[in-house]
Amino acid sequence: MKLSIIIDNFGAASSVEQVTQHNNQQAQRRAAMAVLAHAEAGEIAARLRNLALPAHQDLRAPENGLVMLRGRVGGDGAPFNLGEATVSRAAVRLATGEIGFGYTLGRDGEKARLIALCDALVQSREFGSALERDVIAPLRDQLMIKRQRAAEETAATKVDFYTMVRGEG
Amino acid sequence: MYVAVKGGERAIENAHRLLAHKRRGDQGVPEVTLAQISEQLGLAVDRVMSEGSLYDRELAALAIKQARGDLIEAIFLVRAFRATMPRFGSSEPVDTGTMRVRRRVSATFKDIPGGQILGPTFDYTHRLLDPLLAEGLAPEAPATADAHTAPTPRVTDILGRDGLIECSPPADDGASVGDLTREPLNFPADRDLRLQNLARGDEGFLLAMGYSTQRGYGRNHPFVGEIRFGEVEVELFAEDAGFAVPLGSIELTECQMVNQFKGSATEAPCFTRGYGLAFGQSERKTMSMALVDRALRARELGEEVRAPAQDEEFVMSHSDNVQATGFVEHLKLPHYVDFQSELGLLRKLRQEFADASTPDAMKEAAE
Repeated sequence: MKLSIIIDNFGAASSVEQVTQHNNQQAQRRAAMAVLAHAEAGEIAARLRNLALPAHQDLRAPENGLVMLRGRVGGDGAPFNLGEATVSRAAVRLATGEIGFGYTLGRDGEKARLIALCDALVQSREFGSALERDVIAPLRDQLMIKRQRAAEETAATKVDFYTMVRGEG
Repeated sequence: MYVAVKGGERAIENAHRLLAHKRRGDQGVPEVTLAQISEQLGLAVDRVMSEGSLYDRELAALAIKQARGDLIEAIFLVRAFRATMPRFGSSEPVDTGTMRVRRRVSATFKDIPGGQILGPTFDYTHRLLDPLLAEGLAPEAPATADAHTAPTPRVTDILGRDGLIECSPPADDGASVGDLTREPLNFPADRDLRLQNLARGDEGFLLAMGYSTQRGYGRNHPFVGEIRFGEVEVELFAEDAGFAVPLGSIELTECQMVNQFKGSATEAPCFTRGYGLAFGQSERKTMSMALVDRALRARELGEEVRAPAQDEEFVMSHSDNVQATGFVEHLKLPHYVDFQSELGLLRKLRQEFADASTPDAMKEAAE
């Protein structure tokens, strides 16, 4: 009796594991990029100096271009083209083979290159956790503090309108 | 017809040198920096980004500086710059529902979930010139309060749950999104193209058009369902990475206008909608855009098209201030040959008129 394909077939089981691992890694890469895109090039570079960086090379030199930004009709409907934004992108390869991609709003090619380098490091068994500890986590904390402050300043402007009966007041 | 002329190179060169000198102004006064423009004239930067149709604060600040504060000239500079850049692709549509809201007000419901948040606004100021600001004023630190973590759903989503308002037109998978920077404009134009046109349209033009609907030229009985301003995250599906990569965040203003209801024998009556979205903090722009978007839906909603704001060809053909200024301002360039031919024709006509009016001719005519 076959209980399940996966128990029966070790090949399939390991491929499911691979897909899960792949998805986890993709989520990690996206999470790191979401932090790095909000940092300045100088901040990323300063944090990276805490790491003994492996040999790496530019796979694609930093390049500036445009991305058409899209909105949705009514906020939730069919997409439309709102207007463009400048974007810089780059790709970096570690000597150990990992390839990282860097994309960021703006025209700072060096920032795109540093994000690409970090993206390659996220994928590296050797450097992944050090990168998270010494680069991503501190930058994330910094970003969260900034957002929290903005949220608190915003919250102070929250009002309670009340309607008055005519003749009152 | 415009015929090219030659000559005047030296005069043109010297005129541009003089312009650069005038741009700098009194050199005893410190030169303004791009950071100062971006930080202290932020709403001018927002307008140049919106109508220049390019989100880049630094470039918009440079354009404002170069244009000596002439915002339409700055918008022109930004448009010209974008034409030199390659396009990497189109972003995933931004989700304004997940905006980190800095301001959010509704004129229709006072008790919206998440609350009414004034944020940085000119509303309720007395519009009195402030002499302290002329002296140079260090502002007080902003007040703070416990930041709520309650979600801030769009007001239209709340109305939508009860079916009181029409749904947004659904995304049609695989349908291409119209892009008027790539294809020439054709009429009738779909709503995606209309919104793109309005988003980059001149604020003054849209304001006048929106105002005209309020005064009765295509009345559509608007309420501000919600205006929100804040930061949204942008993602781009990167072919090389194989997934949607975060690019960072942009500031947007969104206006949801709730308009007069419609119904039919088969459909229960519900409110209709107009939509506005623009870069930065651009409330007047997005409100005007939402009014005009709704007016332009007249045909779709079976309304009589009688007013200028309901006429998409009229609105869309005249909303772009770069096109408009190009055509208006070209009139000041040399039209000598053109004018000479007009002059020649006029002289001939006048001669004929004079000949016809001489006593001899009159006599002939009388006989």
